[in-house]
Amino acid sequence: MSQSNRIDGGLIDRSQTLSFTFNGKAMQGHPGDTLASALLANGQRLVGRSFKYHRPRGIFTAGSEEPNALVQLRKGAHQEPNTRATTVELFRGLEATSQNHRGSLNFDIMAANDLLAPWLSAGFYYKTFMWPKAFWEKVYEPFIRASAGLGALSKVEDPDTYDKGFLHCDLLVIGAGPAGLSAALAAGRSGARVILADEDFTPGGRLNAETLEVDGMAGSGWAAEAITELASMDNVRIMPRATVYGAYDHGIYGALERMTDHLANADGKPRQVLWRIYSKRALLTAGATERPIAFPMNDRPGVMLAGAVRAYANRFGVAPGKRVAVFTNNDDGWRTATDLAAKGVEITAVIDTRETDAQASIPRASIVMGGRVVDTAGRKGLTSITLANGQTIPTDCLAVSGGWSPNVHLTCHQRGRPGWREDIAAFVPSGDLPPGMSVAGAANGTLTLSAALNEGRAQANEAVKDLGFAASRKAPPKAEDEARETSAFWHVAEGKRRAWLDLQNDVTVKDVKQSHAEGFRSVEHLKRYTTLGMATDQGKTANIPALAIMAEQTGKTIPETGTTIFRPPYTPVPIGALAGRSRGKDFRPYRLTPSHKWAEENGATFVETGNWLRAQWFARPGEQGWRDSVDREVEMTRASVGICDVTTLGKIDIQGRDAAEFLNKIYANGFAKLPVGKVRYGLMLREDGICYDDGTTARLAENHFVMTTTTANAVLVFRRMEFARQCLWPNLDVHMISVTDGWAQYAVAGPNSRKLLAKIVDDFDISNDVFPFMGCAELTVCGGTPARLFRISFSGELAYEIAVPARYGRCDDPGADAGGRGIRRDPLWHRSAWRDADRKGPRGG
Amino acid sequence: MIINHPLLGPRDAAEFVHLGDASLIDRPNWQAEDAAAQFLDYAYMRDNPAGELRELWYHEQGDRSWLVVTRNTLTHEISSVELARDVALARGRDR
Amino acid sequence: MHYSAFRIFKEGLTGNKGWKPVWREPEPKAEYDIVIIGGGGHGLSTAYYLAKEHGLTNIAVLEKGWIGSGNVGRNTTIIRSNYMLPGNQPFYELSMKLWEGLEQDFNYNAMVSQRSILNLFHSDPQRDAFVRRANAMLMSGADAELASAEDLRKELPFLDFDNARFPIKGGLFQRRGGTVRHDAVAWGYARGADSRGVDILQNCEVTGFDIEGGTVCGVQTSRGPIRAKKIAMCVAGSSGRVAAMAGMRLPIESHVLQAFVTEGLKPTLPGVITFGAGHFYVSQSDKGGLVFGGDIDGYNSYAQRGNLPVVEDVCEGGMAIMPMIGRARLLRSWGGLMDMSMDGSPFIDATHIEGLYFNGGWCYGGFKATPASGFCYAHLLAMGTPHPVATQMRLDRFKTGSLIDEKGVGNQPNLH
Repeated sequence: MSQSNRIDGGLIDRSQTLSFTFNGKAMQGHPGDTLASALLANGQRLVGRSFKYHRPRGIFTAGSEEPNALVQLRKGAHQEPNTRATTVELFRGLEATSQNHRGSLNFDIMAANDLLAPWLSAGFYYKTFMWPKAFWEKVYEPFIRASAGLGALSKVEDPDTYDKGFLHCDLLVIGAGPAGLSAALAAGRSGARVILADEDFTPGGRLNAETLEVDGMAGSGWAAEAITELASMDNVRIMPRATVYGAYDHGIYGALERMTDHLANADGKPRQVLWRIYSKRALLTAGATERPIAFPMNDRPGVMLAGAVRAYANRFGVAPGKRVAVFTNNDDGWRTATDLAAKGVEITAVIDTRETDAQASIPRASIVMGGRVVDTAGRKGLTSITLANGQTIPTDCLAVSGGWSPNVHLTCHQRGRPGWREDIAAFVPSGDLPPGMSVAGAANGTLTLSAALNEGRAQANEAVKDLGFAASRKAPPKAEDEARETSAFWHVAEGKRRAWLDLQNDVTVKDVKQSHAEGFRSVEHLKRYTTLGMATDQGKTANIPALAIMAEQTGKTIPETGTTIFRPPYTPVPIGALAGRSRGKDFRPYRLTPSHKWAEENGATFVETGNWLRAQWFARPGEQGWRDSVDREVEMTRASVGICDVTTLGKIDIQGRDAAEFLNKIYANGFAKLPVGKVRYGLMLREDGICYDDGTTARLAENHFVMTTTTANAVLVFRRMEFARQCLWPNLDVHMISVTDGWAQYAVAGPNSRKLLAKIVDDFDISNDVFPFMGCAELTVCGGTPARLFRISFSGELAYEIAVPARYGRCDDPGADAGGRGIRRDPLWHRSAWRDADRKGPRGG
Repeated sequence: MIINHPLLGPRDAAEFVHLGDASLIDRPNWQAEDAAAQFLDYAYMRDNPAGELRELWYHEQGDRSWLVVTRNTLTHEISSVELARDVALARGRDR
Repeated sequence: MHYSAFRIFKEGLTGNKGWKPVWREPEPKAEYDIVIIGGGGHGLSTAYYLAKEHGLTNIAVLEKGWIGSGNVGRNTTIIRSNYMLPGNQPFYELSMKLWEGLEQDFNYNAMVSQRSILNLFHSDPQRDAFVRRANAMLMSGADAELASAEDLRKELPFLDFDNARFPIKGGLFQRRGGTVRHDAVAWGYARGADSRGVDILQNCEVTGFDIEGGTVCGVQTSRGPIRAKKIAMCVAGSSGRVAAMAGMRLPIESHVLQAFVTEGLKPTLPGVITFGAGHFYVSQSDKGGLVFGGDIDGYNSYAQRGNLPVVEDVCEGGMAIMPMIGRARLLRSWGGLMDMSMDGSPFIDATHIEGLYFNGGWCYGGFKATPASGFCYAHLLAMGTPHPVATQMRLDRFKTGSLIDEKGVGNQPNLH
């Protein structure tokens, strides 16, 4: 297919041609195209099917608010469902397929749903499918599930990598349209650290889509120059392809930057980066979204938003139709007619709902003031429209403008509610903005170009002055400031056929009226009952007209009716990006004991204990399962000696003149009188008297203790002890530090344990008389290695625990280091005797 | 959220662990006549205000300070951050 | 109006013009026998069962906003009865049985879908704990089924069996667990209660209690004073605020729990799956979105919104067990208010004020309890004695030491 709809101009690079496929059909576009603009250039009008009725749908917008043109991108494990064709940057070899149809896009057998539409009205499923009882799960629900949903996951692991990063700035500017660029220039010139983020791959916002001039040059040219100047500033970071998706507490913003989505091959680079931006101030310059007018059969491919039609013509060099009509309730819609006519595209009609004078004369176009579109024709693509006056106009593209709604979303992420401005018939940010945020330009309801440029600059200057920077004195850029009148016309009452509001979820004006009739009158009920605004676009284009219709029904004003709550994210964010590198084996770090490598080489089976891996038993050839190994290890210990790495137990070093008194307070049993050189078992209770943790504490010196805790509670016990030290008894002279990872500790148990240890301790008498039960000492082993020895037993055997600094604890064979020749030795790691003691939070004890 | 640590400056709240109402500093005397009743109140009952709350946070991934943070539970706005030890001393806790 | 396929057929033929409001919008009366504060799932089900089981219909449900605007309209829709302790498990099993007959009972399709719930385990001690829990479930009349890693590999091949940080060793199924269309639960109960004569008063915020000599006799509201013989609080999430108006302190803190939904996808997940080594649970809605959640944010909050660390933590948990969801996009996140109690279990009890009753402390598990909570609360309000499966859900249990602490972590709400 040739690019039959290409016209002159635009910001595309015609020197290069990119081939791509849609549903396997080969097509061509150029760098600078989106998938949507390229599809339109190739004359592809039908691109998808709606959610419920499987109606044929075409491209509706030119941005992230797109409800219709969702495609599956790429193949195999890289398959990416529900991708907006309007935001996909075209690359060579791109493969896209349409979704949500059974059979081909052209012949979707699920479209039979559309014939049943009278019986599938709002909430029909709440009233039926209840008989017979068992049929819901077996018949009805599987059918509903199979026909619902949109795209499909590959069901295999996401092969891409995702990174996370942290950025800090004085001013975060969200959106690089006229207000954002003007703001970033002002703030950048002041010396403040600025981040300018924009969801598009070409900054400029509507400047790229309009024919307006700034400082005497084309708006897009001015935007490009502004970006060049900003790029030259070391204190400014420009982030195209980066969507600021959420406003969180204390000036923290979430942003998703698409790094390689626009490349055929990521070449091992991360696909996307999830940024957490810490800003001192933020300026929202996210622009506005055009909204449609609801009229009968307004969902056909070829019915588009007027601003989008203009964007395709001006920015992408594409005429979305050969014969274009405009249906508007405001002055701005006329721009589509004049811009396209100037490019030689035939304008068949301009229908304005207002009974005013024509805004412009368009050659050969019928101008109908006070007109309304009451019907359309063309199942898989618009062929004609019918007006209330009976006139039928052949046309293949209808550009609809119902006015512009400021993108207030981020201003409401902290539960702020927007206010209503009658003059532009739109919700605008109200006073309760997130702290540190201000708003400028179209996002603030400032819809004319010059005013937006000025406001961006003024708000940025105010923000940086607040932070102590000298505001730039450079004059703002010059541009037109012609006011564009609009009117509050939401839907065409004439005509019996369905008029769509939410194109993706198939919510019509009738559904809203039925919702009202059934008592679902709050906007939240309306949303939940009809699914209005719950689709992948979150109702960016549909919500305002729908709540205007609900307001009509209830007799309330639109501001009284209110909006539903705006919640993050602004546009959807892949789960993979939110998880980043924390997946697979890297989900959480491993904590390994000093003997881990040795244990691994000796056939240990490990058990997860929090982040620790502990050897559970060591299988020997011929053993038929864990019980054989464990029995052998137990018998070995009972008969001779066993060694067990107990490093995972928490170890807390406690020092200070009041250390003994402190321990006396935090243990349920007494510690004040524990003699130096002795160990005592201690029990900790919660404030409600329930047993919390236990372990042993050794008094190494008058003011020096070392405590052990259970593995699971090591962190919690330390936390509580710091609480006790700082908050309960702040005048005790005591300090503590966790030394869990600092010391390797082994339990040595069994009748031969003393004999074994005697071989490694340097000049220290460990006979029962000198070093009796519950004794402890600091000593050296193996010719000078510092060590701590505890005569404690958890197994009932003659037993010790010996600790050495962790760097000495990585013995390849603890037995060999111990010089254990002649003594039967075997690794012991049967922990069952200690399990109960080790387990987190013994219950009810 | 960001907690402005009195010693270290602004830190992401993710470095901290949250415990609860700062009234936990006022641990009753276990030898008091009505100790059981006092501990019931201390351990289990909470004001749970919708508004300003003085609460305990622990800088676990940092300097291990316990802090008393005054934060609005409706807006998450933080109006002051103190070292819990200072607060404890000011409330007459000793040893 | 009785709902049926025939009714839909008839309305479809006549332009869907005959549908009537699902509930009336009456003016408040001066006095009711019982006033229920809170038009959420629990409040509406309480009203429904008072009318249906006890024949009491001179009842008002007061809702400060629109009904179902609390956690019943904002949760991850999971139902299950897989608790362990005797103070809990029989209660949740009663709830499950009520779910099983709910739609035919109130003639509204709340899409109760017993698609199963699976709790994965990753170590031997966890397996032991699940075996113990499964036995407790069986003893209460619930179903429980232990699955090996091999079983799961056949049934759920997309789980990460080969490269997981915490290898999947098996799981505990409750096949009767599943999901329910949450909003429809509120609407179904509202419709059932309303049709039996209960007044549902929206935009009617309680601003104070009238208490005389230790007995409550009415409430002040944004729509005027209303007298009542009995007043039943049922405002989990806001319990602290409402009880404070009656001068009560509670063993409860308010916390925020975030939940998430992705864009719609063709059928991917058969049932509910929960991760045992991180905090993550997920199911797929009938519309195709993956609905998932994890831990509470951990700090006290009434803000109904959360922050990024938990969002990321939850998604990490998801990728850890099913890395196929990386390319599914998070569409919307929301935060709900949780009444986090001191032992992680709820309260259905009379208060020290005569005539004033309390239902709350549901932590993040109130949705699945909706039918039994209303059923047992109605029993208490009508009969004056606790329902047999809710005898331990007392406000004074901390004084008597009769905690219902499933996790065993004690009196720190953000650990439950």
